[in-house]
Amino acid sequence: MDWINAIVQGILLGGLYALFAAGLSLIFGVMRLVNIAHGDLIIMAAFLGLVVTTTLGIHPLLALLLVVPLMAAIGYVLQRTILNRSLGDDILPPLLVTFGLSVILQNGLLELFSADPQKLNAGAIETMALALPGGLSIGVMPLLVFVVALGVIAGLQFIFYRTHYGRAFRATSDNQQVAQLMGLDTRHVFAVAMALSLAVVAIAGVFLGIRTSFDPSIGPGRLIFGFEAVIIGGLGNLWGTLIGGIILGVAQNIGAQINPGWQLLAGHIAFLIVLAVRPRGLFPRIEE
Amino acid sequence: MMDTPSRTFHVSQSTPASRYALIAGMVLLVFLAAAPWWAGRADMRLLAEIYVYLALASLWNLLAGYAGLVSVGQQAFVGFGGYMLFGMCMFAGVPPLAAIVLAGLLGAAIAMPVATLIFRLRGAYFAIGTWVIAEVFRLGFAQIQALGGGSGTSLPVSIVKSIASGRSLREMTLYWTAFAVVLATLILVYWLLRSRRGIALTAIRDNELAATSLGVDIWRTKFLVYVVTAGATSAIGALIFLQKLRISPDAAFNVNDWTAYVIFIVVIGGIGTIEGPIIGTILFFLLREVLSDLGTTYLIILGVIAIAVMLKAPKGIWGYIKDRTNLELFPVGRRVNSDRTDGAPDT
Repeated sequence: MDWINAIVQGILLGGLYALFAAGLSLIFGVMRLVNIAHGDLIIMAAFLGLVVTTTLGIHPLLALLLVVPLMAAIGYVLQRTILNRSLGDDILPPLLVTFGLSVILQNGLLELFSADPQKLNAGAIETMALALPGGLSIGVMPLLVFVVALGVIAGLQFIFYRTHYGRAFRATSDNQQVAQLMGLDTRHVFAVAMALSLAVVAIAGVFLGIRTSFDPSIGPGRLIFGFEAVIIGGLGNLWGTLIGGIILGVAQNIGAQINPGWQLLAGHIAFLIVLAVRPRGLFPRIEE
Repeated sequence: MMDTPSRTFHVSQSTPASRYALIAGMVLLVFLAAAPWWAGRADMRLLAEIYVYLALASLWNLLAGYAGLVSVGQQAFVGFGGYMLFGMCMFAGVPPLAAIVLAGLLGAAIAMPVATLIFRLRGAYFAIGTWVIAEVFRLGFAQIQALGGGSGTSLPVSIVKSIASGRSLREMTLYWTAFAVVLATLILVYWLLRSRRGIALTAIRDNELAATSLGVDIWRTKFLVYVVTAGATSAIGALIFLQKLRISPDAAFNVNDWTAYVIFIVVIGGIGTIEGPIIGTILFFLLREVLSDLGTTYLIILGVIAIAVMLKAPKGIWGYIKDRTNLELFPVGRRVNSDRTDGAPDT
């Protein structure tokens, strides 16, 4: 029974990892940028959620109404002012610029909020659970995160394939020069993609903050989980990313079930096995 | 070469500036080698630390600046080397100085399977893949109870004493070991870049597609660089923790100490040049002496400087100087000289 429980909880945890991964996957798809500061931005969103809930005295889920547009705006400005300048044929500048950004964010958050672990208080919903047959019980909050992850991915999928901006994203992804010739302002398209990515980051950050405690140093770990989910699922495939997140979550929970010290290690090993056996991920969609 | 028989040509790698740099470098080396006679204990420690960062920066530069393998997980090998030294000294009775060399060999050996795995990831995803490897190493070593598990362990006093009997003699030995390891690393990097492999590497750096069409085996060249770099990084890791006398997973596999600082050094000094890491190291330590009291603010300033350099002068300080003066202190390229104009580079 413990094992089935570990797997079920792992699947739900996978929803959170898919949220970490979706924004990362989106901007890689559109502009081939791997944002090393992605994890730190998730933590920044969690701290923003903390500031909003404590100053306004509102529920963290309500705070999303403020945190999501705020992070999206930050994403747009970040892309227009800094990241667009780093993009080019060479992969080194964007990588090192986002690495520098990661260091700045981590230490900036440390300066502002100290190293103390924080948590977003979601009240009664945190302890609510649904009883399932067979003695299993599912927390309402993890279930909500999972459902939101499904919604976010469906939403991104819709934007990508059904809207004006989605067409612009796919066009720039396929060929930036030609997209530009067709009259697309790629700088603006990239900035919108980053805004969208950080909107997802905002959701991920707030849910992370409700689910577990967080401090300024844990960003890189979240980046790695998101990255592993992307690679396991296959580049460019958002539903694959969700499955990648689920595999990672299940592997971690099974590892923890065997030995508490093996939780993270088991996740990484699952990732390395997929890399060894299916280097392009389980459901690859795009060429690198 | 085609039509003028009256002129003869020869290919040389040195320049007048490089010959002066060589002489100045020799003088500096003798001066630094004699540090135990003119420097205090604290100064020697600082010098040894500078050497370590210079070596790590030169290796990372070789990896990222020449082979295009941008790793943010070199702490994997620093920590691995450190743990290998502790393991060999404590359980196999290997003398510490020999353990540094062995740690380097083991580091190169473990890098081979690691490389075959993470070379499947391209570009920026490769970077994060290296980080995953470092995490796996950290979590793995934290599970080894004999080496202190998550809280780490200290090197037993008997092993420390086996390096040299007296304290001052021991400090001298450690200083010279650091000096030798770093010198060997720099010579290795310089030699590799001047060799045939170096030409292949420079070609890869400039244009991977063109290099392939000229018959450079990119995978093998990159593999070789990755393994050599990992081995040297492990030897340096062993040296670092022999000096610290204490190791723990968090210190050994610390991304800030062993990778972030190193990246700043190379980026600020000038990536893809031999001189860049040297300038970057000097600047890094000057900045640290001035700003380290600021704590986290210091790191924020470093991050801002690195981003500014990357956007405004992507070749760093040395690239800026080189573009304007054509100066090369450690030339790795080849230039064709005509004997009539004697020494003035034609191309």
